[in-house]
Amino acid sequence: MNSSKPNPLTFQELILRLQTFWAERGCVLQQPYDVEVGAGTMAPETFLRVLGPKPYKVAYLQPSRRPADGRYGENPNRLYKHMQLQVILKPPPDNVQEIYLESLGAMGIELRQHDLKFEEDNWESPTLGAWGIGWQVMLDGLEITQFTYFQQCGGVDLGPISAELTYGLERIAAFLQDVDSIYDIVWARDPETGQVTTYGDVRLADELQFSVYNFELADVGRAWKHFELCEAECKGLLDGYAALSQEKSASDGLARNKKRFPLLAAYDLCLKCSHLFNILDARGAISVTERVGVIARVRALAVGIAKAWVDQQQDQPTAAEEEEAVVQRAPKAKREKLPSAVSS
Amino acid sequence: MPDFLLEIGCEEIPARMIDATSLELRERVHKLLERERLSPTGTISALDSPRRLAVLAPGVPAAQPDVTEQITGPSASIAFKDGQPTPAAQAFARKAGVEVAHLERVTTAKGEYLSARVTKKGRPACEILSEMLPKEVASIYWPKNMYWRKPTEKFVRPVRWLVAMLDGEVVPLEFDGVRAGDKSRGHRILADRQVQVPRAGSAYVDVLRQAKVLSRGEREQQIRKQLDAATRTIPAARWREDKTLLDTVVNLTEFPSVILGNFDPEFLELPEEVLVTVMRDHQKYFAVEDSQHKLLPHFLAVLNTDGDPQGVIRHGHERVLRARFNDARFFWQTDQKHPLRERTQWLKHVTFQKDLGSYYEKTIRVQRLSSWLSESIRQRGIAVRPGVIHKAACLAKTDLTTELVKEFTELQGIVGGLYAKVQELDHDLPESTRFAIANAIYDHYKPESMEDSVPRTVEGAVLSIADKADTIAGMFALGLQPTGSKDPFALRRQANGIVKTIAEHKLPIGLGQLFGDAREAYRDSAAERKFSQTVDYAAALRNFFRERLEFYLKDACGFRYDVVNAVLASGHDDIVQTIARAEAVSRMRGSTDFESICVAFKRIANILRQANTGGVVIVPLNADLFSQPERELDDHMRPINAKFLRLCGQGQYFEALVELSKLRPYVDQFFDKVLVMAPEENLKRNRLALLEMMKNGFSQVADFSEIVIDSKESKESPKQ
Repeated sequence: MNSSKPNPLTFQELILRLQTFWAERGCVLQQPYDVEVGAGTMAPETFLRVLGPKPYKVAYLQPSRRPADGRYGENPNRLYKHMQLQVILKPPPDNVQEIYLESLGAMGIELRQHDLKFEEDNWESPTLGAWGIGWQVMLDGLEITQFTYFQQCGGVDLGPISAELTYGLERIAAFLQDVDSIYDIVWARDPETGQVTTYGDVRLADELQFSVYNFELADVGRAWKHFELCEAECKGLLDGYAALSQEKSASDGLARNKKRFPLLAAYDLCLKCSHLFNILDARGAISVTERVGVIARVRALAVGIAKAWVDQQQDQPTAAEEEEAVVQRAPKAKREKLPSAVSS
Repeated sequence: MPDFLLEIGCEEIPARMIDATSLELRERVHKLLERERLSPTGTISALDSPRRLAVLAPGVPAAQPDVTEQITGPSASIAFKDGQPTPAAQAFARKAGVEVAHLERVTTAKGEYLSARVTKKGRPACEILSEMLPKEVASIYWPKNMYWRKPTEKFVRPVRWLVAMLDGEVVPLEFDGVRAGDKSRGHRILADRQVQVPRAGSAYVDVLRQAKVLSRGEREQQIRKQLDAATRTIPAARWREDKTLLDTVVNLTEFPSVILGNFDPEFLELPEEVLVTVMRDHQKYFAVEDSQHKLLPHFLAVLNTDGDPQGVIRHGHERVLRARFNDARFFWQTDQKHPLRERTQWLKHVTFQKDLGSYYEKTIRVQRLSSWLSESIRQRGIAVRPGVIHKAACLAKTDLTTELVKEFTELQGIVGGLYAKVQELDHDLPESTRFAIANAIYDHYKPESMEDSVPRTVEGAVLSIADKADTIAGMFALGLQPTGSKDPFALRRQANGIVKTIAEHKLPIGLGQLFGDAREAYRDSAAERKFSQTVDYAAALRNFFRERLEFYLKDACGFRYDVVNAVLASGHDDIVQTIARAEAVSRMRGSTDFESICVAFKRIANILRQANTGGVVIVPLNADLFSQPERELDDHMRPINAKFLRLCGQGQYFEALVELSKLRPYVDQFFDKVLVMAPEENLKRNRLALLEMMKNGFSQVADFSEIVIDSKESKESPKQ
């Protein structure tokens, strides 16, 4: 039994081990994205990086917020915000499953002593216009990882595809430490004093207060306003990007203008819309007739950004344009006005 | 002759797809070999597991047999001039690959021609297989597939290795960038290594077994044996047989073993439905029960490894199940904070279908429809409690808002029923009424398949019919009826459910009325504005239910196809009466008199059809024109027909058919002695009118002309 091991990994050691493992396999170690997301997939390090032809390998921790899943900290297995360790391998190596299994070893799981199954589980996000094919990885009956081969993202067919590995860290830690409640997970152990800090110590208040906010106090009217503002801003940017290609006079500097266009900011705004939608949903503020429509509005933003992003990646400036940009110097470039659609 | 082996090594294939694909691949290889004249001497077998699809064909010819054929060339007169071969003869000889001296001559109607025997060398099997097999593999049907290299290369999961061999020789083929070799792979954990396949045939099966990969049959046997053994450790216990679950775990493992785990008996307070769903659907565990089928606090998990000596795996599975059960208990308790009656309003936030509105709107419609229905069957003598139906319809969908159903969607309806049983549904409701309401809610999704039972009570039956009719009516009105294999809302299954429920509860419900009412319940709703303007709603539903009833009569009741056709030709609005008619006709089959009548009806139908296409107008019957046989037929037909109709009206179809059979001598005499298509126009028309009268007079039970009489069928008296 796991308890027979003297000191199973603490929550933070688990994170460190996984990060080290993937760093050693060539992944960029990114930091959690600082805008609320419902899943690690929504962070730009996944959503945008999987688009286009450029290979990429990245691993990052991502706290993921799902307001409707909150349980006021009363349920030992459910959280409003949980931690995922997200790995993107683009393109996936032929032995991607084997490498993944090695990562279990890095957590101290001796596979020979366990029951391992890859069970069909395909993933789809209507809000992101994204889907993939894969499995839930079951270890002794516990789903420890979501393993997905991305096929489409933001409505764009992927080439090459990416493999996405999403480790559910609370579940894995509870399994390793053999505790029945997430809140009893040892987050950290002071090496000098042996003093233990639990998951509950770190996060319980967070769970309680955000449940109260999301279910009871979030102001529906203002949340709607927020949503609409973010949507309008995002749309404005997308219109601005589309307008770049239309402007004939600017055709000489087009590639450069495209390159500096803030699609990343547009994507942040899309994420905010998605999160606000989740809050409104948890609040029970979205009626049946609205619901499908609101999801479609967020998807329209995500799909628009994905298409623009692919275009932006393709349209790299020529060497001559790069040179010109250097000659013009940065301060002047900064003063350049954005297309009118955005500034209005 | 060499044995052939193809193994497609793949990342884990979904368990639900393996059996069907294994069959398909075997079939594809079989057909390919046959088509290419490489038929194996033995039976093709398969060996598949989550990570491989393999096909073994014993005794495949090393090459196609040579084919000798006679080909014809130029005419002899052109080919030879003065006994010497011309360039035409030389060209033909070259083409045929023979010496000019060996050319033969054939004589045809057009004269003498050159000819040659040509032997076409059969191609080696290896060459054909390496060329054709990749196409077969690429054509395999998958319910859901993916690409991992080029978007055009699709398979269920990435292919990681291929073995293709004729005896010990590798067949050089390539699929999606993977080249075939002679190396397979063993069990992921127990024998994680490359496995050298010495040769195709049983040697392959042997090396796989050493590498801890068993065949499907072996896995199933091993699982059953170990399930039995593990259960025997508990007195008087047995594991709950579950074919679907067994198939799933067989296809989730390469080398299975079974462990017995326990859970806290405290959880047995939760309803068995919840516990079994968690174990079966979420954890793929078998439930353990005592001799009275009562659940015991144990479970059986099937592992994909060779055992669990230290109990580490059992501990893990028990931990997960405990968490799942705790969750379920937590949901159960949380749900009680808001009783079902509060939740009807919440249904406004749950979508039923995007154009048909929310479940709240559906609830209101189903309430109205089930009220009409219960009133209608009450008037026709069925004992039913409208109050129970009304309340059950009001609460039926409220469990969709509960935590328990959000978590375990397959328990919809059941959870509502369980909650209704323990909650106060209304003030001063006697317990028996509450239980009746609870049972109706519990059963209202039933029957979920043709094998599933129908709702236990009339109230449950009415609610189930109204709920399904509302869905079908809405979808048809939108113009979204099922087409071909497309039936996303499972309307066929729901319609089958209606047929089965009406049939088994013997409910006097007319389908036309039911769907008229169901459509009426949508009147003035927002949904109605989305309804299709082009669809003929009534006709589409009539055809749809004719198909469903045909399926039910043939597949569920086992009636012969001709009986079904005959009976459906007389209408199918009333399901119970339609089945009774089919029973009566089936019982009469084999009676000589009845069969003879059927033959006569066939004749009548043909005559009338010809007359009709010939433009003959049928006139009112004139008795003055009758000859003797006509008069006798007419004289007997009238009282028999009156009695026949009276018996039909009483639902005594068998007796009605016995009555009809009495007409036989007069019908026989008529056809023996009377020429219907008489030269005299007035006689002809009068005789046609008589036959028309006979056809129409007895059409209430079936169109007897549809009955097919086999000559070799034994003639017995009708079964009583």
